[in-house]
Amino acid sequence: MTYLLYVFLLGFLLTAVIGFLASWFDRKLTARLQYRIGPPLLQPLYDFLKLLEKETLIPKASSQFTFVSAPLVGLISAITVSAILWASNMDPQKTFIGDLIVVIYLFLVPSISIVLGGFASGNPLASLGASRELKLLLSYELPFILAILVAVIKSDFSLRLGEILLAQAKNGMVAVSWSGGLAMLIAVICMQGKLALVPFDTPEAETEIAHGVMIEYSGALLAAYHLMKNMMLFALPFFIIIVYLGGLKVKGLPLLYGMLEYVGLVAFLTLIRNTNPRFRTEQVLKFFWGPVTMLAAVAVGLALGDY
Amino acid sequence: MRLLEKVFLKSLWVFHLATGSCNNCDIEILDCLTPRHDIERFGMLLTGSIKHADVLMVTGAVNRQCIPRIKRVYEQMPKPRLVVAIGECALSRGVFMQSYNCPMPLDHVIPVDVYIPGCPPRPEAIMAGLLKLIERRKENRAETGRENDSR
Ligand code: SF4
Repeated sequence: MTYLLYVFLLGFLLTAVIGFLASWFDRKLTARLQYRIGPPLLQPLYDFLKLLEKETLIPKASSQFTFVSAPLVGLISAITVSAILWASNMDPQKTFIGDLIVVIYLFLVPSISIVLGGFASGNPLASLGASRELKLLLSYELPFILAILVAVIKSDFSLRLGEILLAQAKNGMVAVSWSGGLAMLIAVICMQGKLALVPFDTPEAETEIAHGVMIEYSGALLAAYHLMKNMMLFALPFFIIIVYLGGLKVKGLPLLYGMLEYVGLVAFLTLIRNTNPRFRTEQVLKFFWGPVTMLAAVAVGLALGDY
Repeated sequence: MRLLEKVFLKSLWVFHLATGSCNNCDIEILDCLTPRHDIERFGMLLTGSIKHADVLMVTGAVNRQCIPRIKRVYEQMPKPRLVVAIGECALSRGVFMQSYNCPMPLDHVIPVDVYIPGCPPRPEAIMAGLLKLIERRKENRAETGRENDSR
């Protein structure tokens, strides 16, 4: 029963609600930064419901099974990963060994589902977008894992999220040390890539390949993708809060503090998104494998030297 | 169904199709997205793919090359769908009335829900047209007590 509770109530409902709110916050802040008024509070929910209601077209040239199942696979893995994160945040003692690795894998699946959906839709622009998404995936994954390694080293080489949380409760947050701060910065940049937000939005690029991977999706399937993205907009910053900032406390004043941390992270993402132009594909690769990986290696070195 | 219709009118995503316009109407459409006018506050977004769109905004005189293509774009739109004709050209072919290349106005090719006149119409006029479209759908439903024909 408790598992069902975690998966459905926390993993799905709460995550979706916070994801919608975060998506509204992102759009509103974008609008305010451009001196516009921006959408009303429930706009992401309206968009989602409207897409559910619309006709769903499946192109003749597509490989239909993959085309239909890809968004569902992505959505289910987003739900699972948020459930695991909530469970380890609520009850750090009870997590299983290696759940950090499972979480890293599950964070990959939504991107892979986008790639599959893009290739399956049989549209040249979508294939182009899917291949760009694959390159993006290859570029940010290495520094992301190196940055997480720093937190693992800090908590005595433990691969359990629960132990990382407990170690932080004992010794203070990972992010306040030199290596931890650096690693968190790198993880935030990789998160921008994972969410495919503007400097790294090559797979969607409305202005050149017309939404790329999403181009053939409509109706309920597009709604599934939107829901997945909104949930990732909560799950990824939540993961960073767990790994570097000691988790989200659910009682009293610390809850407010945790919420501020989350809002701050989303605002930071939005700021980066609104102040940068889009990278080209090879620039993304150079950026992540050059300076970012270098910095991540430095952070790992610092962590091994106990800084 | 009522709730869904309400939601539909609160989140109209527009797709912009130029069928041989002089490009002036298109610039006025882009003006609707600028800080001064900002149609996002009504929940409207400009999308790049016809399969995401709820409203098709057509500008320009419909020329012979474009007619089959307009039909194809319209057929690719998921239902329910709305069409807005923007500018004198799309309404009645305007100055191209006598042209050998413009055999018919837009509403002879696909059904049109709202006509926005002007050469080019001001962004305020385009917004007013879109809001009138929303109002009319609401009123129609209130009068007849049933959904609009969702083409
Ligand atoms: S209506 Fe006027 S401004 Fe618009 S496309 Fe035609 S000629 Fe150009």
